[in-house]
Amino acid sequence: MERRAYYRNGTLPWLLIAPQLILVLVFFYWPTSQALYWAFTLEQPWGGGNSWVGLSNFLSIFGDGRYWATVGRSAFYAIAATGISMVIALTLAMFADRALKGTKLFQSVFVWPYAIAAPAAGVAFRFIFAPEAGIIGSINEMWPGIWNPATNGGHALAMVIVCHAWLGIGYNFIFFLAALQMLPRSLTEAGAMDGARPFQRMIDLQLPLIAPTVFFLLIMNLISSFTDSFGLIDVMTEGGPINSTEVMVYKLYVDGFKGLDYSGAAAQSIVLMLLVIALTFVQFRWVEKRVHYN
Amino acid sequence: MIERSPIFNIVTYATMILGLLLVLTPFWIVIVAGSLSLQEVSQVPLKLWPSNHLLENLEVAWTRADLGPKMINSLIVAVGVTVGKITLAALSAFSIVFFNYRARMLCFWLIFITLMLPLEVRIVPTYSIAANALQPFQVILDTLGITWLVETVSGVRVGLEWNLLNSYTGLILPLVATATGTFLYRQFFMTIPDELVEASKMDGSGPLRFFFEVLLPLSRTNMLALATIMFVSSWNQYLWPLLITTDRANFGTVVMQLKALIPAQNGTPDWNVTMAGALIIMLPPLLVVALMQRWFVRGLISRDK
Amino acid sequence: MTAITLSSVKKRYQKTDVVHGVDVEIESGEFVVILGPSGCGKSTLLRMIAGLEEITSGTIAIGDTVVNNLEPRERGCAMVFQNYALYPHMSVAQNIGYALKVAGMPRAERDAKVLKVAKSVSLEPYLDRKPGELSGGQRQRVAMARAMVREPKVFLFDEPFSNLDAKLRVAMRAEVRSLHRGLGVTSVFVTHDQTEAMTLADRLIIMNAGVVEQVGKPSEVYNRPASLFVADFIGSPAMNLVRGFFADDGYFRHGKGGMIHLPTIAPNLLSKEVSVGVRPENVRRVPAGTKGAINAVVDYIEELGASRLIYADVDGSRIVAVDSANDALGTGMPVHFAFDTADLHVFSNDDGRRLDIATGLAATAALINA
Repeated sequence: MERRAYYRNGTLPWLLIAPQLILVLVFFYWPTSQALYWAFTLEQPWGGGNSWVGLSNFLSIFGDGRYWATVGRSAFYAIAATGISMVIALTLAMFADRALKGTKLFQSVFVWPYAIAAPAAGVAFRFIFAPEAGIIGSINEMWPGIWNPATNGGHALAMVIVCHAWLGIGYNFIFFLAALQMLPRSLTEAGAMDGARPFQRMIDLQLPLIAPTVFFLLIMNLISSFTDSFGLIDVMTEGGPINSTEVMVYKLYVDGFKGLDYSGAAAQSIVLMLLVIALTFVQFRWVEKRVHYN
Repeated sequence: MIERSPIFNIVTYATMILGLLLVLTPFWIVIVAGSLSLQEVSQVPLKLWPSNHLLENLEVAWTRADLGPKMINSLIVAVGVTVGKITLAALSAFSIVFFNYRARMLCFWLIFITLMLPLEVRIVPTYSIAANALQPFQVILDTLGITWLVETVSGVRVGLEWNLLNSYTGLILPLVATATGTFLYRQFFMTIPDELVEASKMDGSGPLRFFFEVLLPLSRTNMLALATIMFVSSWNQYLWPLLITTDRANFGTVVMQLKALIPAQNGTPDWNVTMAGALIIMLPPLLVVALMQRWFVRGLISRDK
Repeated sequence: MTAITLSSVKKRYQKTDVVHGVDVEIESGEFVVILGPSGCGKSTLLRMIAGLEEITSGTIAIGDTVVNNLEPRERGCAMVFQNYALYPHMSVAQNIGYALKVAGMPRAERDAKVLKVAKSVSLEPYLDRKPGELSGGQRQRVAMARAMVREPKVFLFDEPFSNLDAKLRVAMRAEVRSLHRGLGVTSVFVTHDQTEAMTLADRLIIMNAGVVEQVGKPSEVYNRPASLFVADFIGSPAMNLVRGFFADDGYFRHGKGGMIHLPTIAPNLLSKEVSVGVRPENVRRVPAGTKGAINAVVDYIEELGASRLIYADVDGSRIVAVDSANDALGTGMPVHFAFDTADLHVFSNDDGRRLDIATGLAATAALINA
């Protein structure tokens, strides 16, 4: 949509936009370009600035089996957390969309997880899943040793994923419900007149019609699992046991801030950025495609 | 709702109740565990009904994690980010939408692209800039030869330095530097009809008057939505505060303290205190969301379009 | 063949009554139009027949079956929606065939049927397109084809033409009419457009504020409106309605001391508050001095091209007349009108009902059953 009515002024628009532009340049573009610089250079151990090393930082992380393990883990984490969270939220939204009496109450509670800090939820889930404490603990009492995220990597990863999925329910629910409610009522009614039962209407009509939202959320959730997982993992497992919950953003932090390998961390940053950019790009392409729907 | 089928209604309620349990269980366990005594919380299986130690657990957690000053820090950061973002976002969106200047679209894209990369993925370089926020300008001066010029003329070497580590500015500014708010405001401003701008021009009001007397009052809902979103997300920040504050005692935020509340591997398993602490820490954003739900939902959604 | 019987059908949302007890018989094969201003409850009534709204009280029967507790899919109705309500993600063929697919009809049979219906509304070349790629008229046809393909017992139309431009609307009207002639399926059509209603209907149901004001053939409704509301609502320009009362001397008194002599007034109408109505086309201009003529002063003239409307003042009451003369006439000039007693309509000001000028009795009941 193009505007027709503008204000004409030489300096005012620049004054208005300057603070935001300066912040973005200082805290976004400069650091991002710094990351590029570091990724292609290596700090000399005896000082004297960085020397150009080309792709060797990338080659060294790509040659590292442990890094690939982290990538695979991150992908699994992202897909699992996204899948669980979206399926739950979509189911709840579909039923909430029927707007039976009292739905408003359910609706407002379903949004709550959105408000919770990931580390806070992490602490709560860590307690819930603690093998010695009283919830999962009761299962361990029956079958000793069946559950122990402190020593079993699979258990630890599952615990983190479940918590991440839970945290996403609120956000996903809001979007799904809004998308469903934006569908014209008459479409559902036409479906009913055509003889489709509620469940069939969900599958045949509602789901395909909110496909753009499903896709949007898919991308947002994937990005969030690549980036927001840090707090959760730091509080719940610190990447352990034996790196079994170390995902890309966590490794980046450990290498950069614990290991002080800025170049390696910068290269990892670049990889993660490219991944996120790629996902966003796919998202934009889809937005273009969906135009003919409306 | 078309069908009145009672069976389908039961299925609907059953699913929603299941969802309710799923969402509420963690909250419930936090509350229950936070109200138990050390002995009760160590029992297997856990009691699922609150006991009466909540207040004393809250107190212990409060002192152990030094939550008083940390709460104030969190509040300063959350309010700072919220106010900063709303102000900057409104101003920059106003500039982009209502003025016609050549670099307008360039500015828009410069800001918009920041939506793509969350702080977490560029954390390493952002951290380094926090050590000296004026570094980019120093580099600009150096490359343009201005440093050299000034030095030869006046004998003074220009050294720009502004360290943001362990400061509220450092905690706040990088969080303000993204496009979320700008984008939200832009979306809203785009819906303002041209006629309104023209009418206000005919009434003889200039751009600033239009901004303050027409746009701001109209965008109240947006502002509330953005405020909620920003408050929640900045209160819940974890990684950034962790990096930028080495002086935890003075600049730590509450969310950073969560880890300190977790019982040590071989220490006393006083999860009751941990849970009481978690309850305090998760409560403020939860309250904000619960109270502002109507507005913030609208705000979140308009980001999609 | 299927009749529809509505008996004391009511609809209540929370605390407001939207439809207050409607009793109507729709005969088998009839084309009935429900006409009324927006918010009169006409769409609600239609949606209750369709099964999209719950019936608060009363019964609706389609054929011999009371359908109150049946789901929409069990009622054998097909509906054409106001905004077409086409499934945007399905092709035209899929849209038309969806009901058949739901019903579990085998693919080959389904395709054949879809093709046949599509041909009958000239949609054949567009079967693979999505609704978004069609024009308004084509979408309208898809919506109708979707309704036809199921061979329903009843067609329901909910203001289906309101999104079309005037020209297309006229064309679609003719199409719906011929469709009905061909299929002979009982049809209920809701609209707020009186031209559409008049041209389409076998019978009209006029609704206002949740109440049926009149049921009858278009000509009946036009010539003998059963109430003040119908008199005012039907016809353009609207009927002249002048409030006043019949004095003992046989004069109708109105406005600021206006007196009109009306012969043969039933005695029980005397000194009752009434409204007397006459259609603008029944008001004749007569030369000055004509016996019994009403003297008026021109307020303004509206040129229509073939004729003109004279808005005139008669002792404080507004009278509109259709005039085909083309003499110079302007604001403030005197004009003289006359009309036949047979063209007069009298309505009670208390309940708005039509009164018989000869007997003075309420005529509504008789008319509704006509």
